[in-house]
Amino acid sequence: MASDKDLDSPDRRDFLGKVTTAVGAVGVAGACVPFISSMNPSKDVTSKSTSLVDLASIPKGKTHTIEWQGKPVFVTHRSDETIADMQDVSTEIDPQADADRIQKPEWLVVVGLCTHLGCVPNRNEEGWICPCHGSIYDNSGRVVRGPAPSNLIVPHYEFVDEKTIIVGKKV
Amino acid sequence: MIKKVFAWVDERFPLDEMIKHELTEYPVPRNLNYMWSFGFLAMFILIVQLVSGIFLAMHYKADVGMAFDSIQHIMREVNYGWLIRYLHSTGASAFFALIFIHIGRTLYYGSYRRPRELLWWTGLLLLLLLMATAFMGYLLPWGQMSFWGAQVITALFGVTPFIGESVVIWLRGDFVVGDATLTRFFALHYLFPFIICVAVAIHLVALHWVKSSNPSGITLHAKDNIPFHPYFTVKDLFGLGVFLIIFFGFVFFAPEFWIMPENNVPADPMVTPPHIVPEWYFLPFYAILRSIPDPLGGVVAMAMSILIFLAMPWLDRSNVPGGAKFRPGYRIMVYVWFVDLMVLGYVGAQAPEGIFVLLGRIATFVYFGLFLLLPFISKREERRSRVQGLPREAERLIREEQEELLRSEHYLRRENDEKELKNIRKRLEDES
Repeated sequence: MASDKDLDSPDRRDFLGKVTTAVGAVGVAGACVPFISSMNPSKDVTSKSTSLVDLASIPKGKTHTIEWQGKPVFVTHRSDETIADMQDVSTEIDPQADADRIQKPEWLVVVGLCTHLGCVPNRNEEGWICPCHGSIYDNSGRVVRGPAPSNLIVPHYEFVDEKTIIVGKKV
Repeated sequence: MIKKVFAWVDERFPLDEMIKHELTEYPVPRNLNYMWSFGFLAMFILIVQLVSGIFLAMHYKADVGMAFDSIQHIMREVNYGWLIRYLHSTGASAFFALIFIHIGRTLYYGSYRRPRELLWWTGLLLLLLLMATAFMGYLLPWGQMSFWGAQVITALFGVTPFIGESVVIWLRGDFVVGDATLTRFFALHYLFPFIICVAVAIHLVALHWVKSSNPSGITLHAKDNIPFHPYFTVKDLFGLGVFLIIFFGFVFFAPEFWIMPENNVPADPMVTPPHIVPEWYFLPFYAILRSIPDPLGGVVAMAMSILIFLAMPWLDRSNVPGGAKFRPGYRIMVYVWFVDLMVLGYVGAQAPEGIFVLLGRIATFVYFGLFLLLPFISKREERRSRVQGLPREAERLIREEQEELLRSEHYLRRENDEKELKNIRKRLEDES
């Protein structure tokens, strides 16, 4: 136990005051956590963090648009011809090899939002063209003409089996 | 650096002066007991309600088709939604508990008396605002109790002479409590807390002008006042610690204690639950409403049961200073009134049958009877005190106060402060 002299010491009082303030501040900060956390996506939203795609329903040469986390994702079943065309192409804006953008050559999976300002590009033979400012992407989702600054984003996806992929990660 | 910032601010805004005036040099009677912590606690819970309410509003949907489900969404899916909702629902009950004790303290210690009448009236206004806010908030979960509570209370306005029916329809925006009612109640439930904040500010300005009363009810000598900070900030924070243990005990271990099971059934305008009761904090007033057989009389009596408090400064005619401490007659009345309020609360929770009808009527009669008796009892008690003399402690406090007043009279005469001098002379006259 502290002696009487210690008890009278102003340092002791000062120390207790500071410790109390610090503990109080930690308490207030802790109390903020649930409120801040409540603004993060709720469970019904996070349950939509992944999407299953049935590849069997997509014929060769066609693109299906599926919804993933509220965003469009283009899943393209590429023909051998298209795959061949996409090799040895060098794009200037955001150079990337086709092989780095796919897991299996016949399946291209990209987020369907233009990397310029987030419009949904339209499909054509050559790839995609954005209706907003005319950015053009090829059949590997690489930007061929601006103003888009980068290639269409390849989301995280995994093959569950030969004919099914799961897009996204569990949150 | 910090000193420089403060100096810069002080040149443009009276920050330092405000801190001194409201905190570090604000004089508080040193004999305050823990009953004087409840105002601070009420302000704390107001902030809890504001914050939790704003975060609930981010997830709540004010639409009859979605309201009930959005509460389930908050409880099950929103991160910590259960905690925020239970904070808010438990906070409502805690708010009333604190305010009732705060008002009970004011009555017991006579804090409503001169010069604190305006403080008392703004406080009563705050009680009415709180009741309105709580009532509208209770509709929002859109359960059976929510619906039928709102249905019954809005129907009360039907007793308005001549235009009753149109008033009710205007209030509801529909023939029954419906989507229009829910939406406007949500809008007003969000608005009212801000009006409450303004009223609290006025309440506090009035408080800091007249200063706190104290258990003796007699203005203390200047030497018996100590600064609010650090003495009462520390005392109030300790009180807060005790309060939070009880509060979070309910929030974490018994949150449903304050929520009637029936309200977990979605609102159904076609079926009334067999036994509808308001929330506990409305029970005494509900009992008074039901005790008067005439509908208009019942509503008037219920309104009067709170409004009559406005008259307390006049009903209490005694010149003996202070509250119940030095006034045996008044003390007994306050205790009878407390017990009567409990009886009314109990009656309000029972079905209006048999013995409870009679009990409710007697308790209502006692409730108003006490107010009507107060002018006579307070006068009689004063005469008795004059004959028998006040307790020695009260005599000493009054003598000290008068010395102080005389001293300031002397000082002001020298300073020629006519207005203040008149005030002080009046007080001296009153007290002799």
